[in-house]
Amino acid sequence: MYSKGLKPLSVATVIAIATALALVFFYAPNDADQGFVQKIFYVHVPMAIVSLSGFVAGGIMAIRHLRSGDSSWDVRSYVAIHLSVILGVGVLVTGSIWARASWGHWWVWDEPVLVSFLVVFLLYCVYYPLRFSIEDPGRQARYSSVFAIAAGAFVPLNFIAVRLAQAYTHPRVLSQTGGNLPGEMRLTFLVSLLAMGLLYVTLWKLELTSKHASAQLKRLRRRLEERETVAVA
Amino acid sequence: MIRAAGAILRKDLLLELRTKESVPAMALFSVMVFVLFHFGLDRDSIDGSLASGVFWVTMLLAAVLAVVRLFAAEREQGGIEGLLLAPVDRTSLFLAKGTALFAYLVALEVVALPVFSLLLLGPDLLDAMPELLAVLILADLGLAAVGALVAALAAESRARELIVPLLLLPLLVPLLIGAAKATEPLFRPEAATEHLGRWLGLLSLYDVVFLLLAVGVFDYLLED
Repeated sequence: MYSKGLKPLSVATVIAIATALALVFFYAPNDADQGFVQKIFYVHVPMAIVSLSGFVAGGIMAIRHLRSGDSSWDVRSYVAIHLSVILGVGVLVTGSIWARASWGHWWVWDEPVLVSFLVVFLLYCVYYPLRFSIEDPGRQARYSSVFAIAAGAFVPLNFIAVRLAQAYTHPRVLSQTGGNLPGEMRLTFLVSLLAMGLLYVTLWKLELTSKHASAQLKRLRRRLEERETVAVA
Repeated sequence: MIRAAGAILRKDLLLELRTKESVPAMALFSVMVFVLFHFGLDRDSIDGSLASGVFWVTMLLAAVLAVVRLFAAEREQGGIEGLLLAPVDRTSLFLAKGTALFAYLVALEVVALPVFSLLLLGPDLLDAMPELLAVLILADLGLAAVGALVAALAAESRARELIVPLLLLPLLVPLLIGAAKATEPLFRPEAATEHLGRWLGLLSLYDVVFLLLAVGVFDYLLED
């Protein structure tokens, strides 16, 4: 059910990641100001964008779950949020390394994007204790969906608030949207973003396939056991 | 819907008046935290951003206490089934719980603000009172909306007491930013109103977004 198209997608992901890495190391010029360490930008920023999009997508899937009552949408939303949280760890680590290299501190509070990301990340960490402390499966799906929707709406709001709170920001070498990157850097960035997005979708599909398969396996096993008990009786 | 909400609200407020569970605990807690800050910071009086930070963080933590208890009566006595069986819109339950929380917060601030100004705050509070009232009301609205939503979200969880603060506090970060930034100039030795409109705007945006969101999703929380 979920495995359709997984193979070509994986191949495309591998090609995109290889291309992105080649571009990062051999094509994109070193940043005049920050030198080699700026290349972490091609991992950090796509990761952050994909992770945040994953959170919002999780919220949209949760809306579909509540609308339709189809619990497979809840599983989709759960896997999306789960992967985004994992990527979020990567975002915070790479962001921290970049901050250390370019500003000399492991953490800077006046970088609004990083700070809002931390708040969003902390919020989404609570998804797990909330989800797994509700036993009834239907209720678990519904409450998790409500969380996913509220948190998805919180993401943009939080960004607005944190950005407003910064009286001044660090002079940026690059605009984070890639709007004023020189051509070669922009191309590299866009390919990296594509690669990260593909990686996310592939992992998402893979995890859904495996969840689906193990659920099916459990069902078959239960049926087998039932049959055995009937045979013994 | 309004009538049903009014009935539930009346029940909640009456219960609170008779048992005196939430508001006295919140007030006592906030006074306690002010005393802790006095020793923790080793300062006799504070002003500016330190004062507004201490005040608002204390208010948020005190609000957690009320949010944890918000559905306690329904849960412990099984009253929630009665409410769900009644042929009324679920939204009325949200409105009632939110309004009750709003009332608790106002009652808390009626006690906590004078105590704060007495114990810790350096500058005189009266100069900036009208602006401060606007900030308090907008912040309480947002707190009540998010608090009622989080209380309902955590109501079915086994680890309710842990989930509520973990869930509520990150959701309140934008509200804290707005409220603390708006209050900071008001708590300076010479009270000023800097960018007040911008921060009140942020608080209003927060209130509107979460009120609409909560009304939209609340139905799904108490379905069966």
